[in-house]
Amino acid sequence: MQEANVSPNEKSEVKHTDYLYMVTDKMLVISMIAELDHHLADEMREVIDHVIDERGVNDIIFDFSRIGFMDSAGIGLIMGRYKKIRDRGNIYVAGAGDGISRILLISGLHKLVTSCSDVSDAAKKIIEKARER
Amino acid sequence: MKNNNNSENHTNSMELIFDSKSENESFARVVVAAFCARLDPTLEEISDIKTAVSEAVTNCVVHGYEGGPGKIRLKCILDENELTVEVHDDGVGIDDIGQAMEPMYTSKPQLERSGMGFSFMEAFMDELEVKSGKHCGTTVTMKKRIGVNN
Repeated sequence: MQEANVSPNEKSEVKHTDYLYMVTDKMLVISMIAELDHHLADEMREVIDHVIDERGVNDIIFDFSRIGFMDSAGIGLIMGRYKKIRDRGNIYVAGAGDGISRILLISGLHKLVTSCSDVSDAAKKIIEKARER
Repeated sequence: MKNNNNSENHTNSMELIFDSKSENESFARVVVAAFCARLDPTLEEISDIKTAVSEAVTNCVVHGYEGGPGKIRLKCILDENELTVEVHDDGVGIDDIGQAMEPMYTSKPQLERSGMGFSFMEAFMDELEVKSGKHCGTTVTMKKRIGVNN
């Protein structure tokens, strides 16, 4: 979990056993590998916030394509990041299956985030929005 | 794990005691999902059960024992097509159960808890009962009938 490999180029990808993240320009992609519960949310929170502040992240993509489970701790995690970046960017949820989509719907979080089929779809939307500005 | 092989008796039960640690949240929900697998639940039902169990166990870790040491007891009973899950901790207990169960209420906003735990348990299971008292621990009992809502 502490193992971190930062590649030297502009894109950086950091690998953990339960999730990995990548920063490109002002975009942060977080791919969950383990189910997003209180345990993982606590593990990710500080790391993500550090990256957001350090790299001046505007938009965040949560990639759910590899996992099928999230509970209310995931809602708390996404909501917290939403509050952090809402003045300058948006939250994108990519690759959410039926189970996770249902949690987003019941919690009302679907109104605050943009759902996308996958990460590249989300990245396209972010680039388009940046052009509009 | 007791398994009653008497064909007249369609109940099955199990009891598990584990440490109050966040890594056991996934363990607990997977155990319950596996326990009720022979009722052939749908993916949605499995997801409902896993979410409810995860919320209940997380509450023990975060609120019951406030991140400190303790034991969590998980009890499951299968009776015909009904699953009963009981999650118990000997932690601090809940002062005001009514308030705790309000959607979006959390006693620990600083921990970024969404306040959706009990709401999810209520939404995803058929019945929810919470018994608690200050310093008496908390017992959450949830029931779900499998294969009836489809």
